[in-house]
Amino acid sequence: MTDSEEYVIEPANGGLLNLKEIVQYHELLYFFSLRDIMVKYKQTVLGVLWAVLQPLLLMLIFTMFVGRSLRFSSGDISYPVFAFSGLILWLAFSSGIINAGNSMIQNSQIIKKVYFPRLIIPMSAIIVSIIDFLVAFVVFIALLIFYQQNVGWSAILYWPLALLLTIVASLGLGCLLAALNIKYRDFRYAIPFGIQALLFLSPVIYPVSILESDWMQYVLAVNPMYAAIILFRLPLTTVQPSLPLVYVSITSGLLLLIAGLTYFKRTETYFADLA
Amino acid sequence: MKPILEIRSISKKFKINQGASPYLSLRDRLSDLLTIGSARKEDFWALKNVDFDVNPGDSIGIIGKNGAGKSTLLKILSKITPPTEGRIVSRGRIASLLEVGTGFHPELTGRENVYLNGSILGMKRKEINHRFDEIIDFAGTEKFLDTPLKHYSSGMQLRLAFAVAAFLEPEILVIDEVLAVGDAEFQKKCLGKMEDVSKSGRTILFVSHSMTAIQSLCNKTVFIDKGVSTGILSVADGVHRYLMGNILTKSGEERFETTPGVSRAAQILEARLLDNNGRVSNQLLTCDDTFVEIVWENTKGVKITPSIELVNYDGVKIFWSGDTASDWDGAGKMDKGKYRSRVCLPANFLKAGEYSLILGLYTQSPYEYHHIILNTLHFSLTDPMDRRSLARGEMTSQFEKFILLPLLNWNNQKIE
Repeated sequence: MTDSEEYVIEPANGGLLNLKEIVQYHELLYFFSLRDIMVKYKQTVLGVLWAVLQPLLLMLIFTMFVGRSLRFSSGDISYPVFAFSGLILWLAFSSGIINAGNSMIQNSQIIKKVYFPRLIIPMSAIIVSIIDFLVAFVVFIALLIFYQQNVGWSAILYWPLALLLTIVASLGLGCLLAALNIKYRDFRYAIPFGIQALLFLSPVIYPVSILESDWMQYVLAVNPMYAAIILFRLPLTTVQPSLPLVYVSITSGLLLLIAGLTYFKRTETYFADLA
Repeated sequence: MKPILEIRSISKKFKINQGASPYLSLRDRLSDLLTIGSARKEDFWALKNVDFDVNPGDSIGIIGKNGAGKSTLLKILSKITPPTEGRIVSRGRIASLLEVGTGFHPELTGRENVYLNGSILGMKRKEINHRFDEIIDFAGTEKFLDTPLKHYSSGMQLRLAFAVAAFLEPEILVIDEVLAVGDAEFQKKCLGKMEDVSKSGRTILFVSHSMTAIQSLCNKTVFIDKGVSTGILSVADGVHRYLMGNILTKSGEERFETTPGVSRAAQILEARLLDNNGRVSNQLLTCDDTFVEIVWENTKGVKITPSIELVNYDGVKIFWSGDTASDWDGAGKMDKGKYRSRVCLPANFLKAGEYSLILGLYTQSPYEYHHIILNTLHFSLTDPMDRRSLARGEMTSQFEKFILLPLLNWNNQKIE
């Protein structure tokens, strides 16, 4: 017998996040993401185009009906660019948490039969949304050129940071929803409503500056996507954002991530019994 | 030598929600908060203090009735569900053939599915690359490598799935009988693969209801009953416990409740086994006649014929017998009321062993079964090994491979 490693199986103790194990299973994460992307693009006629069309159509609608009619100033960013920049991040976030939220139920057959760190499932769902975001991002660049939008060098810092914040926000909330969905089967009906409500509580289609009172701005900043969207637009504008609000939003995103991962870890070991 | 698997007082508790739906719902949870003192939850111990060691190279048969806790033990071993108490130390990678085809996606091609399935089963991409040609060769599906799986026949899918699993090389292989669901050829392939694995010196845990399979593949057994295990037993002891467990807990007599709301033309009420002297028993002798008595009710006045099927403990249906010989003429009438039917399993006909019966009531024309009771009246037949069974007596042990052992009339003459 080869002198192989010892594995220990013990009662669940709700231990901490085992990053080492996730790294060990990175190939599975890759294959799950690949599967989801391939299946998604094979099943829809429009395929990759869908990732582009969705924000583009929404942007057109918002530009024509909201931007023009309500005439709020989007500062030194032209409204289509303003709306599109918010929408691509927002869609990455919302599709990320919806997919991650449903992912555990969709993969329950696998969960019941094979062990692997369960976190890989919502993670791969989020990777799929990020790929969609990257496709739409190419269109975003084209749009910047088309509207001759000034872009500062700070984009090199802020765009990846904004994407990171989006990942943090969608992973935290996605894991929370995935665990709740497995535990309470009627929970998922509440999710689309929540996301819709949250859209109007984010600076996606209107600038924060139209809000008059301070406390409303703080309420808005609790939304973890607030910082991501503000930072993403920062290189396009000379208007400086309110830093405390950005910090509030980042903190809220991180707290959500910790809460999501903790709850997911706590219920993880029982998924096979529940699913 | 250290054991490859140390299983130490493993227990698993489930909470049973009485009268609740299988899934929790937030609505129920909220309404539970409002109602006070509704103790609807009940604890159920699927496993209690299971404790045994497995040495490298052992193939252990895990034996027990349905619901005894075998599958729960396998799930704990493959880390799908955690134990409530206890600890397992494993000195090798555990993989289970529960997992055949897990994660196959119909939209992906054969090639893509091999990689996906392989990595779900814990193979590294390098290993799959290395083994890819062999896997495809074994499955015999090379022509369809780039066809989506949904266009594969179910047989092809199964072959591909099994091929991937067959090239897993864990130190400990866990196999559930669930596997045996496939067609005969596939079962053979699985059993063949298992033999290869056990010969190659790897460790196997095998769950099955087929005592034949256990006897041919395992060198030790663990018997589990209601979550309690015996620890390691010899194969003969384990198999014997399993077979006797079914017989000792019953008396040779059964009464059947009528199912409310179901109206049948005929209904079996009672059944019993009787020995030569008319005593109820389920421990009988090969050299005596055994009688099966069925008490039944004809509720609609159609012509009813009783029948039995004899099943041995490998699940082989040995024979069917209905009352086709006495007066029946298909669509005739019959008085309503209670009847008693008795049929004789003749002496010196069956071999020693454990059996069960399937009881039925049917109408010959138009052909229809009104009531069937599966898997009832478990009994054992023992060869007394004395003068009464002189014709076969001490040779019996060599007759394992035969299903029947009838004492026939021979006529022998010297002709030259």
